[in-house]
Amino acid sequence: MISRHSSHLEGDRPPPAPFIIVMNLSQTFSNTYNTFIKPTFRLHTIESRRNGEGSDRWMEYRIIMPRKRRTRRELYTKEIAACSIFGAMNRDGDRFTGEGVMKAIANMHVRGNGLGGGFAAYGIYPEHRDCYALHLMFTGPSPQAKKDAKKEFEAFLSRRFDLFFDEEIPTDEAVPVRDPPLIWRYFVLPRIDPASEEEEGDYIVRSIMEVNGKIENAYIFSSGKNMGCFKGVGYPEEIGEYFMLDRTYRAHTWTVHGRFPTNTQAWWGGAHPFSLLDTTIVHNGEISSYGTNRWYLEMYGYACTLQTDTEVIAYAADLLMRRQRLPIEVVAKILAPPIWNSIDRMPEKERRLFTTLRMVYGPLLMNGPFAVIIGQTGRMIGLTDRIRLRPLTAATSGEMFYISSEEASIRLISPHLDRVWTPNGGEPVVGELYSMRKDQP
Amino acid sequence: MARAALSEPLINSDQAGEEMMAAQIDAADVKTKELNDRLRELLLSGAKRVSIRNVCGQRYIGTRLYTPQGLRMEIEVFGTAGNDLAAFLYGHRIAVHGNAQDGVGNTMDAGEVIVRGRAGDVLGFSMRGGEIYVRDGCGYRAALHMKEYEGKRPVLVVGGRSQDFLGEYMAGGVVIVLDLAGESHDAHFIGTGMHGGVIYLRGSVEESQVGDQVEISPVDDADRAVLADYVTRFLERFPETEVTKEEILASGFVRLTPRSRRPYGNLYAY
Repeated sequence: MISRHSSHLEGDRPPPAPFIIVMNLSQTFSNTYNTFIKPTFRLHTIESRRNGEGSDRWMEYRIIMPRKRRTRRELYTKEIAACSIFGAMNRDGDRFTGEGVMKAIANMHVRGNGLGGGFAAYGIYPEHRDCYALHLMFTGPSPQAKKDAKKEFEAFLSRRFDLFFDEEIPTDEAVPVRDPPLIWRYFVLPRIDPASEEEEGDYIVRSIMEVNGKIENAYIFSSGKNMGCFKGVGYPEEIGEYFMLDRTYRAHTWTVHGRFPTNTQAWWGGAHPFSLLDTTIVHNGEISSYGTNRWYLEMYGYACTLQTDTEVIAYAADLLMRRQRLPIEVVAKILAPPIWNSIDRMPEKERRLFTTLRMVYGPLLMNGPFAVIIGQTGRMIGLTDRIRLRPLTAATSGEMFYISSEEASIRLISPHLDRVWTPNGGEPVVGELYSMRKDQP
Repeated sequence: MARAALSEPLINSDQAGEEMMAAQIDAADVKTKELNDRLRELLLSGAKRVSIRNVCGQRYIGTRLYTPQGLRMEIEVFGTAGNDLAAFLYGHRIAVHGNAQDGVGNTMDAGEVIVRGRAGDVLGFSMRGGEIYVRDGCGYRAALHMKEYEGKRPVLVVGGRSQDFLGEYMAGGVVIVLDLAGESHDAHFIGTGMHGGVIYLRGSVEESQVGDQVEISPVDDADRAVLADYVTRFLERFPETEVTKEEILASGFVRLTPRSRRPYGNLYAY
């Protein structure tokens, strides 16, 4: 690469000029990532070179063109990227602001590309803790379209729910974000016909599917109690600043996502976390079984409307954990089952269990590489695909429990850790609140 | 993000002999590119030793340090080294006082990496020369497609245990996993697709833990000589290790080698 550049410089050789270039190569991954090198120049006079270290210590190239004619080539620099995920939980239930997790996710800035960032925060609405907190995104090409969507949604809401309080989610307008939707929150309780035997959770889920599937430009992207998601298009630290998470909210559990979309478009609804009731998902990787998973979940009334594969994990978690009440250890083996060879080697009893799970829940196997953090009230779960094709590091420090794509981000906000480890593929790592302490408003 | 000022060399050539040229960098809030730019500048200006403080996830440390003259530098890293530490390393020596993340020694060519802690996934990925010593354990896919050619034979020594897919598609080189804590190897898919090189595991391993292509055999005298050599080197680098060389060498080892050098020779042959 160096010779290529020196020959480039020597291409149109004018009379020697009294300058020497010292080259820095800013990118070296030309072969692996099809990246080009972008030289930066430092000019030294011959005099200063003679006074300095021996010339053989420098990589020198005599300037071959007059200074003013020096052309700068703008070279394409590829982003070397992947998603980033991070989670922090205070297992004592003490609440803290989003400042630390914003710092931690910003440390993995290069993993994302500014096309999505988001947060889930648990324990942020103690004053409304008995109500479902619906976070609404009203999109559309014009302010009027957003207002229309809001009007239509509120008409729907008044038929189905009792509204206790609503407001626009405050944002910092000084933070530049692209095309933000109108974002509103509603604290509600469901108005269920006493004659119907529908469970409260099912009623909420059915209502969410109806809104997201039928009301144009209106999306419920957060629907749990005493928790909320905040997300959008931008780097996660920008989204955090936009929603003022470092100064407005305190949560006992935060999960965060920096996005590098691969297969689907970047829009506000497609940012992570994906959530349903109090279950939230941040995800690094891709679900190549999305089609099968989606088809299966639709049979249970889940409509995939957000144009991103991660959505199916949120709905699968809701189906398996809330409706079917399966423990996370079993759910992990449904989403990321051992391969058949491993099952064949298991003792009889286990082999029957794992075979049964694969037969019954085959369409919920999440194929493809993934690392996810699943948030739930009082719990934070890390899980990777069965052969761990995406990174996940877990750590503890006293009452704090962390999950991250990279260890450095944990160390940044918590330098002294009791334990750091990388969980095996397909084996969930679970942090739980020691007790669900009553939050003081 | 704020650009933090980088410190200047502690000693420059006017003050001390060239061999002593040492520099210190404070990497707090310094981005990957800035840090690597600085390392390259220091190498070219004749620095022999650089110590980097407050490293927190900066990637590719030691990567862009190829020079036609073959300049050499010793780099000490304090903190948590970011992904692809020592990628394409050309003969330098890097010591990490802390843990390293994924991709240590990616396609490393020559030199030495010492990690006084644990390493993440794909340690020694496509490594083609040099030596890596990791005091504690490592993650998935260590020595993935490690290779050797003529005089170049990479070596990876891990003091703890490895997770799954150790030596996947391995084509050459030497991997030694010492399991010094004696926890026994619980990794699976070891040597899947392996078609060259050798893996030595202290202790034992079940047939079901290794790939179909892998043959497990006892070590012979020639193997023991190799092990003695690298165990000695390992202990020199980590004097804090509580187990002695004699204890390590007296314990049982198994050797994993490929059954065939061309396991897929007929896969696409009709």
